[in-house]
Amino acid sequence: MTKAMGSKKPILSIKHVAVHFGGLVAISDMTFNVNEGELVSLIGPNGAGKTTAFNVVTGYLRPTNGEVHFRGMPIHDLKPHEVADAGLVRTFQKTSLFTSNTVFENVLTGLHRHGSASAWATLLSLPHVRREEARLRQTVWEILDFIGIAEYANELGSALPYGAQRLLGVAVALAANPSLLLLDEPASGMNPSETADFMHLLGKIRALGISILLVEHDMPLVMGVSDRIVVLNYGKIIADAPPVEIQQNPEVISAYLGHGVKHA
Amino acid sequence: MKNLWTWLFAGILLTVPFWLQDQYFLHIVITTGIFIIGAMSLNLLLGFTGQLSLGHIAFFGIGAYASALTSLGFDIPIFGDFRIVHEPWSPVIGVLVGTLVAGLCGYIVGKLSFKIRGAYFVIVTISFAEVVRLVALNWVDLTQGPLALSNIPPIGFTMPVVGEVVFWKKVPNYYLVLGLGFIAYVLIARIVHSRMGRAMIALRENEPLATSVGINVTRYLVFAAVVSAALAGAAGGLYAHYIRIIDPDIFLFIYTVTMVIMVVTGGKGTLAGPIVGGLIFGVLPVGLRSVAAPEVQWIVYGIVMILIIFFLPRGIVPAVCSWWHRKTGSVPGHVRLSGELASDNDDGANLQESQFVPGKFSTLRGR
Repeated sequence: MTKAMGSKKPILSIKHVAVHFGGLVAISDMTFNVNEGELVSLIGPNGAGKTTAFNVVTGYLRPTNGEVHFRGMPIHDLKPHEVADAGLVRTFQKTSLFTSNTVFENVLTGLHRHGSASAWATLLSLPHVRREEARLRQTVWEILDFIGIAEYANELGSALPYGAQRLLGVAVALAANPSLLLLDEPASGMNPSETADFMHLLGKIRALGISILLVEHDMPLVMGVSDRIVVLNYGKIIADAPPVEIQQNPEVISAYLGHGVKHA
Repeated sequence: MKNLWTWLFAGILLTVPFWLQDQYFLHIVITTGIFIIGAMSLNLLLGFTGQLSLGHIAFFGIGAYASALTSLGFDIPIFGDFRIVHEPWSPVIGVLVGTLVAGLCGYIVGKLSFKIRGAYFVIVTISFAEVVRLVALNWVDLTQGPLALSNIPPIGFTMPVVGEVVFWKKVPNYYLVLGLGFIAYVLIARIVHSRMGRAMIALRENEPLATSVGINVTRYLVFAAVVSAALAGAAGGLYAHYIRIIDPDIFLFIYTVTMVIMVVTGGKGTLAGPIVGGLIFGVLPVGLRSVAAPEVQWIVYGIVMILIIFFLPRGIVPAVCSWWHRKTGSVPGHVRLSGELASDNDDGANLQESQFVPGKFSTLRGR
């Protein structure tokens, strides 16, 4: 099924992952890969287990069964910050910001992984600590320009228009230097023109060599940007194929897309 | 403008003993100063990591007891004939020991509560303070229990040429407290404006988001607890050698509450907040003493506190800052610096062209 990118190495492998909450089965058996450089979308109706899958992959939830490997290394036992440290960074479905900080400070906080100053060096305010700080601040501007929200740099994160808040979430995640970026409904609440800009941004992020796993409900966006689409329904994967095939898959159509989307 | 105020404030602090001749009032200023250091240390936890330590006086008291015992010496039986005997050491070393012991306790409390937040952290810290108070009360061989540790030597040291210097009087003690306060302020300011401080603020603001960008929040919470406890312990050490008598009442809950009030009314999460709140609630009761009966004093104290919380819920310092920025129209912000200097009234000239190169952030992709 993964013929489009079959030649590439998987960066993320999810193997027979199951998640049970008591008697409730959120994910029964999920297996799929994201390959180096790929943009894979995970779609499915509400309650299909997409966000649960995200939480498992990023260490916020332990799988009941199965394994998650990132670049060949098992990560299903790691804590969230260790997963992020391995280079797998997520955004959140609900807008998630450091609310009383400015946009600039949000991104600066996101750059945590790039600093290395020790506690003693910081307390003594050694020159290399001050140089590192200046370097981080420079990088913040580069990221804000890259995402296109530099004009808001000194605004409070919570005071931004909704679409810009979503972009700030991506900027903070990008600041953490991911090799795989997991985006949980990044375009929700964006208007069509913002969504179009966001599609362009996804292309720019991929050009940096970052692989992307996307959960999104906006079908034109998903169909337009994905190399491959994984469809989840009732905690099971019912399809894993490039967009063209997904649009013609009868099981997917009946479960999720509905008949109108064929013409979309 | 801000520098002018800073220098003015520093000037006032440095000259206090010259224009304040009333020894009683100077005594109040010294004890208030010691408590302000405690409040500053509490602010690191409460204001920046967002975790309320309602047992903060425990670290202060541990510092005081450890420092006093180090400089007094002790002789305690452990098992039968086995005894631990400690000969008196210099009070300076005592304060250092007090700082280290309090810091160690901060580490233990931080580690114990590594998974708990909010109300549970509050309960752990209250319990810790109560346990420490009971130990101080009941381990009579070591602490003399309710009889108090008395005759604690004042801070002193031997200097070449000058000979032995002992801080018996109030004025040198004032400068000692001022010095420690300055050190505490600088250390906290450096932490807060660093990557570590941002990690602490991230824990306060949004813990899941903080972990998602690779911040090990527990590590920074423990670090904040250690620094906070150590500074409180150092303040406690100074207190013990200044007052020269300490008893288990030092661990009373009311002292923690006093520190919390200082932090919250002044403005938690601001560097100046605990100082402003501490000056108001340390000096106000004494100022009232000359004009009002004791009952009225406490009522006024309470009313002032309620008014501040009611009208300035974020505290005095944030309220004054935002008032100042509204008045002058200046909003502090991050400006792109082309050189080392940025002028305050020039927005466009210092913006430089983005140095972004596709695929390469200066720190991101470069290594």
